[in-house]
Amino acid sequence: MSIRVDHITKRFGTFTVLNDVSLDVPSGELIALLGPSGCGKTTLLRILAGLEQPDQGRIVLNDVEVTDRHISERHVGFVFQHYALFRHMTVADNVAFGLKVLPRAQRPSAERIHKKVHELLALVQLQAMANRYPTQLSGGQRQRVALARALAVEPKLLLLDEPFGALDAKVRKELRRWLRRLHDELHITSILVTHDQEEALEASDRVVVMHQGQIEQIGTPDEVYEQPATPFVYHFLGDVNVFHGRIPHDRSAQEHPNGEFALPEDLEDEHEVTFVRPHDLELSRHRTNTSQLEASVRYVLTAGSRVRVELLAVHSSQTIEVELTKERYRELELRQGDVVFVHPRQLQVFRVPSS
Amino acid sequence: MPADIALRAKGTTWKVSLTTEHPLVRWGFIALALGYLTLFLFIPLVAVFAEALKNGLSGYVVSFMDEDALAAIRLTLLAASLAVPLNTAFGIAIAWAVSKFEFVGKQVLITIIDIPLAVSPVIAGLIYVLLFGLQGWLGPWLSEHDIKIIFALPGIVLATLFVTVPFVARELIPFMQSQGREEEEAAITLGASGWQTFIRVTLPNIKWSLLYGVILCNARAMGEFGAVSVVSGHIRGLTNTMPLHVEILYNEYNAVAAFAVASLLTLLAIVTLAAKSIVEHKYVSVEAAEEPLKTH
Repeated sequence: MSIRVDHITKRFGTFTVLNDVSLDVPSGELIALLGPSGCGKTTLLRILAGLEQPDQGRIVLNDVEVTDRHISERHVGFVFQHYALFRHMTVADNVAFGLKVLPRAQRPSAERIHKKVHELLALVQLQAMANRYPTQLSGGQRQRVALARALAVEPKLLLLDEPFGALDAKVRKELRRWLRRLHDELHITSILVTHDQEEALEASDRVVVMHQGQIEQIGTPDEVYEQPATPFVYHFLGDVNVFHGRIPHDRSAQEHPNGEFALPEDLEDEHEVTFVRPHDLELSRHRTNTSQLEASVRYVLTAGSRVRVELLAVHSSQTIEVELTKERYRELELRQGDVVFVHPRQLQVFRVPSS
Repeated sequence: MPADIALRAKGTTWKVSLTTEHPLVRWGFIALALGYLTLFLFIPLVAVFAEALKNGLSGYVVSFMDEDALAAIRLTLLAASLAVPLNTAFGIAIAWAVSKFEFVGKQVLITIIDIPLAVSPVIAGLIYVLLFGLQGWLGPWLSEHDIKIIFALPGIVLATLFVTVPFVARELIPFMQSQGREEEEAAITLGASGWQTFIRVTLPNIKWSLLYGVILCNARAMGEFGAVSVVSGHIRGLTNTMPLHVEILYNEYNAVAAFAVASLLTLLAIVTLAAKSIVEHKYVSVEAAEEPLKTH
């Protein structure tokens, strides 16, 4: 089912949760709505489902406007962050719910429902749990039951509200891969709301980054990560070093196509901000280029697959974070207090509107 | 977990008790509590049955053969069977509205529900006399149309309704608020209608809490004296409920009969309390089992 969100605005009292948001999702895509809490992503999802009404704008599903239609006419499946399983029903009864409440004329026979429930439980790998109650399941199992329950009514659109938000890191990772495989199998247009950038980048076809009720950027995971459109997206997707000030023109990227360009150190001019990812910074023991930034090593964190080095810029006293491979770290033989020279391999400059 | 801790300092060991008091204090408090309960609860309770059975079992049974006693029992059951279902329906409706929807004046509404608990039952009765009595606001119109409310069954039911309004609602509101509305939302996204959602999702979730409220409501409905006394008119065999009948018998020095009827009310109270503790047990264990659902 294709989705068109057309200039949607929603206010709660005086607070504008969504400010003139527009979005197009082609049929069969898995879209991630990514943003910090309070950015309006869950509200947008609830408006799509029909659980909230927008103040302005239209929702169009498959070329039919549904803005004023009841939830039941929209054919959406909704998966809640805290599962919202019916606690007094067994797993099988939970999954069967959507079929049992159908009008008599459309309701499948008891055997058909039974068969369908078991197919769905097989899909989410929980056949053995059919007669358990939700409280007897782990968080990850509960969310799979919730997904099977939502799929039982054969929705044209699957809406997932932070589905893995309440689970621990390992289960979350497993489930989002599993969700991706499931989507590749079923091809239901899906919208996944999350504040976890890794989850968004890994599971979705396209990422919609939201901030303060507006869309900051829409793009494939590669696009939003490699070419962030705004400073916010840069900040939100991964760690970043921020340098304020103008890069002297003669030392800018154009002048140094070999990547030997400089970092700004001139704090006078606040209209330009340069963003560099920690892994895009290169360190050397000796100055090979006048534009390199001089810094001293403050901390070295060797735990994990990569080494994180925290530096203190000598002139500006700014903290700089650098990520090195283990090999490079061994080559450099860094110790606390050592003086090193920093230059970026890649950076992005944003103009800040003067206030 | 044992609360005793051994402290060692300068070679000495003291056994310090952190949460348990000196045995003398402990037993002192237990004795005080038991003594108090015996004096003010247990002895009167035994006395009710002792007095009721003073003339033996036959004397006890004869007390209920009396037409007026039977009428009082019937009236009490009738009033409760009208007031309890009405207040149950009202309690569910208001708890549903308060916990699942946002609207202006919600807090005021929750406060208003408590009025019957704050107002003296006698005042509650008087309100109805002032409204529907012969000299009351609607009195002339009612007597013109030959409708009897005060000193008749409708008045008794109204008074009972008034004093028992809060019981179901107060039990359900905090419980339903704590449950949130996610399950209902899930049911609706799955295509259930409002009624299906209520019957299949909300009601099974609140059943123990609801039953608890109904039991308390029923106990109060059958035992109410003050409000009913004002509107009843004490017409024997017609408008006397059990508590009122007990008072009349007692005032006539018919102690055995008075205590026999009283013992019935007492038995009802004991049954109610037993039912309540069974429900409470269920209710608590259901809640405990549900806890991980929220926190996981």
